[in-house]
Amino acid sequence: MIVVERVSRTFPARSGSVAALHEIDLTVAEGEFVAVIGRSGCGKSTLLRLIAGLLEPTSGTITVTGRAVRAPSREVALMQQQPALLPWRTALGNVLLPVEMARQPRAEGAVRARELLDAVGLAGFHHRHPYELSGGMQQRVALCRALIQRPRVLLMDEPFSALDALTREDMAAQLQALHLARPATTVFVTHSIQEAVLLADRVAVLSPRPGRVREVLTIDIPRPRSLGRSAALPAVAECVAHLHDVLAESGDD
Amino acid sequence: MTRIRSAGLPLLGAVTALAIWWAGTVVFGIRPFFLPAPPDIVAAFRREPAYLLREAGSTVAVTVTGFGIAVVTGLLLAMVLTAWRALERATLPVLVALNSVPKVAVAPLLVVWLGFGAQPKIVLVVLICFFPVVVATMAGLTSTPVELSELSRSLSASVWQAYVKIRLPWALPQMFVGLKVGISLAVIGAVVAEINNPTGGLGAVIVLSGTSFDTPLAFAAIALLALLSTALFYLVAGLERLLVPWARAISG
Repeated sequence: MIVVERVSRTFPARSGSVAALHEIDLTVAEGEFVAVIGRSGCGKSTLLRLIAGLLEPTSGTITVTGRAVRAPSREVALMQQQPALLPWRTALGNVLLPVEMARQPRAEGAVRARELLDAVGLAGFHHRHPYELSGGMQQRVALCRALIQRPRVLLMDEPFSALDALTREDMAAQLQALHLARPATTVFVTHSIQEAVLLADRVAVLSPRPGRVREVLTIDIPRPRSLGRSAALPAVAECVAHLHDVLAESGDD
Repeated sequence: MTRIRSAGLPLLGAVTALAIWWAGTVVFGIRPFFLPAPPDIVAAFRREPAYLLREAGSTVAVTVTGFGIAVVTGLLLAMVLTAWRALERATLPVLVALNSVPKVAVAPLLVVWLGFGAQPKIVLVVLICFFPVVVATMAGLTSTPVELSELSRSLSASVWQAYVKIRLPWALPQMFVGLKVGISLAVIGAVVAEINNPTGGLGAVIVLSGTSFDTPLAFAAIALLALLSTALFYLVAGLERLLVPWARAISG
C-alpha cells in the first residue's frame, strides 16, 4: 500500500545542507496501522510529508496505492499537529471542507459529516465555531475532516501532542475504535511510546541526524487495547520497555 | 449592571467634559468669539440648520466616494501585489515613497489640475486613505498560517479554491484594520480639500465663518465633522462585526 524505498531528503542550510532522512525503507500493508516514533528532529514529520506528497524526496522512491507520489492525492488524508480549523466555519462546515474542495455534493457529505461528529462525541456541537470548542474537541473535528472522504491512507502527524494526558487517552481510544470499524492504512507519527503501543500493529523507531529506521517492532497484542486494561499485560510492558531501550540507544544527546 | 456601566460611564465622561468646558467659559468670562460655550454652538446650528446639513451632506458625499474608490482599488492592488511578487518588489518602494509625501501639500496642485469642483476633493481623499487599505490587506493576504496552506495543499485545492475559501477570509480581519484607519483619514482628507478649495462642504463653512468672525458657526461645523467621522467609523466597525464575527473571538 505504502512503499518507501531508500528515501533520503536533505534541506538547504546556511552552510551546505542538512540531511533530515537517510535511505529510509518502510512498507505499510493495506489496512495496517504503523506508528513512527523518535526523538524530536529525527525527521519523522518530514517522512510523513514526503508520503503525503507535500515534499519531494532528494533521492529514492515512494509509492502509495501503487502509484509513485508526485503531488498530494485525494485518497490520502493528513491530520496535523494543530487542528488547523477555519475559524469562520462551524464544526460541520470545517468537516465538509474536503468535500467542497473535491467539488462533491454537499448534502451527501453533510450526512456523513454528522455521523462522524456524533461518533467522536460531538453530537451537540455541529454548529459551534472552533473558538467555542476545547482543544480536544477541535482536534476531534480535525479527525472527522481527515476521515470524511473515506481516505485509503491516513497520515497523522503527532495529532494529540498538544492535548492534555486524559484527552489524549480518549482520542486514542476513539481513533482505535474508528480504525477497527473501517481500517484505513495509517501512518501515525508520535513521540509517545504508550500511544504507539496502544494503537499500532507495528512501530518503526527512527534515530536522529540523519533520520534512519533503527528498528521495526511488531506489536502482537490483541485488540481492542486500552491504556487502563492493557497497561499491566506483560506483553505490553515488554514492548514499552524494549522501545524505551531502543530510543535511549538511538539518542546521541 | 454591567450593561448600565458599559453605556453609562462613557456618557458620564462626555457630559463631565462638556460641563467643564461650559463652566470654564462662564468662570473665566471667555467671549464666544474666542471660545463659544456649548449653548452658543447649539444656537449657531439652530440659526442655519439647513445650510449646515447641506454642507455636511456634501462632505459625506466626498468622503464616501473617495473612500469607496480607495477601498476598491486598494483591495485589487493588494491582491495583485501579493499574487505577483516581482511586481510587489518593483512597485512597493515607489508606493512607500509616494505615501511619504504629505498629501495635504498636494491639495493646491490638485485644484490646478482638476479645477474647483468635487474632483480634486475626491482625489485627495483617495490619496490619503488608499495606502492603509493596501498595506493592511497585503498583510492579511500574506499571513495565512502554515498549517492552513499545508491543509489546502493536502486537499489538492485549486489555486482559486485556496484563495477564496482560505486565504481571502483569513485576510478579512486585517483588511478591516486598514478600512477603519482609512475611513478616519478619509474625513480628514475631505476637510483639508474643502479648506483649500472652499466651494462647499463643512471645511468651507469653517473657512467662511473665520472670515466673518463667526466662531460659534465654525464650532458647529467642527462638532458636525466629529459626529460624522465617528458615525462613519462605527459604520465600518459594524460592518466588520457583521462580516467577521469570528475575528473578535479568536483575537480574544
